[in-house]
Amino acid sequence: MDKIKEDIVSILAQVNDPEVPVLSVIDLGIVRDIQINGQEIEVMVTPTYSGCPAMDVIRFQIQKALKEHGFKNVKISTLLSPAWTTDWMTEEGRKKLKSYGIAPPNPVQMVCDIRHFHEQEAIQCPLCHSYNTRLISQFGSTPCKALYQCNECQEPFDYFKCH
Amino acid sequence: MVRQNHPESDKSRRDISDSGPADLNREAALIAYTLHLADNALVTGHRNSEWTGHGPILEQDIAISNIALDLIGQARNFYQYAARLINQVPQFIGPWGDNLGSLPGTLITEDNLAYFRDSWDFKNCLLAEQPRGDWAMTILRQFFFSTYQYYLYTDLQSSRDHQIAAISEKAFKEAAYHLQWSSEWVVRLGDGTNESHIRMQQALDILWPFTGELFQLADYEQYALSNGLAADGALIKSRWERKVEEIFAEAMLAVPRNVWMQSGGKQGRHTEQLGYLLAEMQSLQRAYPGNEW
Repeated sequence: MDKIKEDIVSILAQVNDPEVPVLSVIDLGIVRDIQINGQEIEVMVTPTYSGCPAMDVIRFQIQKALKEHGFKNVKISTLLSPAWTTDWMTEEGRKKLKSYGIAPPNPVQMVCDIRHFHEQEAIQCPLCHSYNTRLISQFGSTPCKALYQCNECQEPFDYFKCH
Repeated sequence: MVRQNHPESDKSRRDISDSGPADLNREAALIAYTLHLADNALVTGHRNSEWTGHGPILEQDIAISNIALDLIGQARNFYQYAARLINQVPQFIGPWGDNLGSLPGTLITEDNLAYFRDSWDFKNCLLAEQPRGDWAMTILRQFFFSTYQYYLYTDLQSSRDHQIAAISEKAFKEAAYHLQWSSEWVVRLGDGTNESHIRMQQALDILWPFTGELFQLADYEQYALSNGLAADGALIKSRWERKVEEIFAEAMLAVPRNVWMQSGGKQGRHTEQLGYLLAEMQSLQRAYPGNEW
């Protein structure tokens, strides 16, 4: 049983986020549980953001990957609670993000402070590693990313924002 | 799929939201409440999506589109849940069953609920359906709505309904970002140039009468609240007012007093705006029911 679960986890480690292809669903921390009920495999995932358009694709890709490895009876179920948080991203995932050029979420999760014009946490530039960076917008190219610019090297970069 | 009878004259039609308290049971109230939460998110999300490609500057075009996406995602979660509830109690499909675009005997999905109900079955607040107007109008509506959603979702995390609580746990974090973004815009434009201030004042005059409805509980809300499923509008109102006062003070805007408040959206009595919105949003599915990308 445990061996099968281990096998499944290594298969899922090859299923990547279509938007951020360096991250696997395991790196993201969205695979919550794997249940084996006789012949049926049930994979429980938690969505990142309510409207994340990648989730449908990810579910399909998980199905496809498992079926390609011979698991005929695969069910993907969605677990909404407890809500996914960037805390669940693995250390491995954070490193991969950084080398890909996206600033990884800060280690201590800070849900967005609703105070307006409030100074947010300092984010390190993934390119030149300076902390002298500024927020351009909390809303970036995808629901999970904010847009920053580095005041040192002037390059814009995405930040995988805390959630 | 033309509706044969006017809803008010069709006595055989069972409308959950028009039923007196004695007729409501827990399931009916829960479904109506879930649809209300979904409709609020979908209609506001749709209005925001009208800016995509037309935003004042690129980063804000992206921001408003992201907010729209968050809201539509929330709507999907609530619609999926409502569909599941409705499928468990088939007699609730009755009044809409003919017009939901699904074949007899098949299950209702989120798409049936979003694309095949008509305006009188939508339970969103009137605030959500108001036109996007100019940028001032959009960000002010978002500020009113996100402040409301932030406190609503905070409270709904303690709902006795686990799915509503779970959806709210996620939605709450998104609403926090929306609230921060929109309050910053209210201050920027309110305390900006003469023109931006005038536009904010105009937006305020138009939108303020629609804010009262947020806190007036519909029958099904009242019933759901007494079962521990819903959030209490009165408790949300005081926090909402405090936030509005705080932001308006900095934005050099006066909080209007003694204004007649519009209502009816939660009961399916909508402004003409919703009709146009739905005609556009639903046209593709209604023309080709069941089509997929």
